Amino acid sequence: MERHLDAELKELHKEILKMGALAEEAIFKSIEALKNRDKAAAQEVINTDSRIDELELAVDERCVDLIARYQPMAGDLRFITTGMKLNSELERIADLAVDICQRVLELVDKPLLKPLIDIPKLSAVAQKMVHDAIDSFIKKDVDLAKKVILSDSEADQLRNLVQEELVNDYMARDSSTASRAMPLLLISRHLERICDHATNISEDVVYMVEAKVVKHHKEELEQ
Amino acid sequence: MSKIATKNLNLWYGEFQALINVNLAVQEKRITAIIGPSGCGKSTLLRVFNRMNDLIEGVRVTGEVMIDNQNVLGGDFSSLVQLRKKVGMVFQRPNPFPLSVYENIIFGLKVHHLAKKNDFDAIVQHSLESVLLWDDLKDRLNSNALGLSLEQKQRLCIARAIAVAPDIVLMDEPCSALDPQATAKIEELMRELKNDYTIIIVTHNMQQAARVSEDTGFMLLGELIEFAKTEEIFTKPKDKRTEDYITGRYG
Repeated sequence: MERHLDAELKELHKEILKMGALAEEAIFKSIEALKNRDKAAAQEVINTDSRIDELELAVDERCVDLIARYQPMAGDLRFITTGMKLNSELERIADLAVDICQRVLELVDKPLLKPLIDIPKLSAVAQKMVHDAIDSFIKKDVDLAKKVILSDSEADQLRNLVQEELVNDYMARDSSTASRAMPLLLISRHLERICDHATNISEDVVYMVEAKVVKHHKEELEQ
Repeated sequence: MSKIATKNLNLWYGEFQALINVNLAVQEKRITAIIGPSGCGKSTLLRVFNRMNDLIEGVRVTGEVMIDNQNVLGGDFSSLVQLRKKVGMVFQRPNPFPLSVYENIIFGLKVHHLAKKNDFDAIVQHSLESVLLWDDLKDRLNSNALGLSLEQKQRLCIARAIAVAPDIVLMDEPCSALDPQATAKIEELMRELKNDYTIIIVTHNMQQAARVSEDTGFMLLGELIEFAKTEEIFTKPKDKRTEDYITGRYG
């Protein structure tokens, strides 16, 4: 039986997808700005972040409104509360894309420290994880969500590689490289945090679909 | 051990089977809600516990209903009066007797010979205090109960039920005749009373069941479909029929 709530939930779904698309676009543009050392592109990401912030507030308000007016239960309740969490995670992802662009602006007028090898790999992992996490939400695909959660360790390893190289091979040997190495180090951390947020999204999707809590309980994924 | 346990409980009104193999365990000093669409058998189930269905012609019941290990259907209680002392009931429409407030409370005490006349005053005070009516009515104990507000009448009915010190209080849609404010107060009262009594409430108001109960059973077409902790029923029901009902998709 079609309910009035269903129409409202569809609207909420659309808004969350829009948040997802904007967050993915922000990550993509921030990495392109880094690769191309493009100041204007980086600035554009920074300038358009307010759009995402406004949408986050609108989604939050819609979710609270739905809870107040409809007192949703079961699957509807889990969808709305997951929507609120996803909303917050996606806004943080977009913020991290802004942070990457801030680092790009710090780097763009300085000579390139080294060819970028691992950071692009890490950014590819981050983009795929975010994309798959959002996809798992759209398709209610628990298997895809679980794959995202389990791929977080690859992101951690890549970030560690970047950190070790920048600290041991550059900053420890030549302190003058710090002004270029530190922003790269921070970029790797921002990308790894993006992967963490994608993991969070996927954990929330598992709860939404199966009412199963896998957050902080990775062993539950094996069951 | 459960306070109330039913085993393969079936009930017919003539040819119509109203309860089908109901197996239910109600825990002591908790509020248990029974929800379900109209005609699903929830009030019928409630009335099994104090055998109010005996008053209906053509009723047939099979199975077991144990209260504190005594079989309600098997004659373990010496009389229905004794059973109904142990298992009190509050109805949808407040139904105080056309007597004074005081007489309403002591009516059950007299029927069951539960107390000496000297103790009546203290029991009346305690019962009215338990339902937060003492301050309002202590100077009007001799006034006719029919002159009270609907909410006060319902509180009085609850006080009357608990005056005989039951173990269990059955509530059949106790708030459906009350406004939201009165409903909120009765719900608060239920939360207080569960410290001393096992409460089973039948309600068609799912939000009420979610607010006040700790365990919830969903019934449909005479069957108990699902029974679990209230937070589980309302956030992650196991049966699709339960999910469909509580999300408003049923029907």
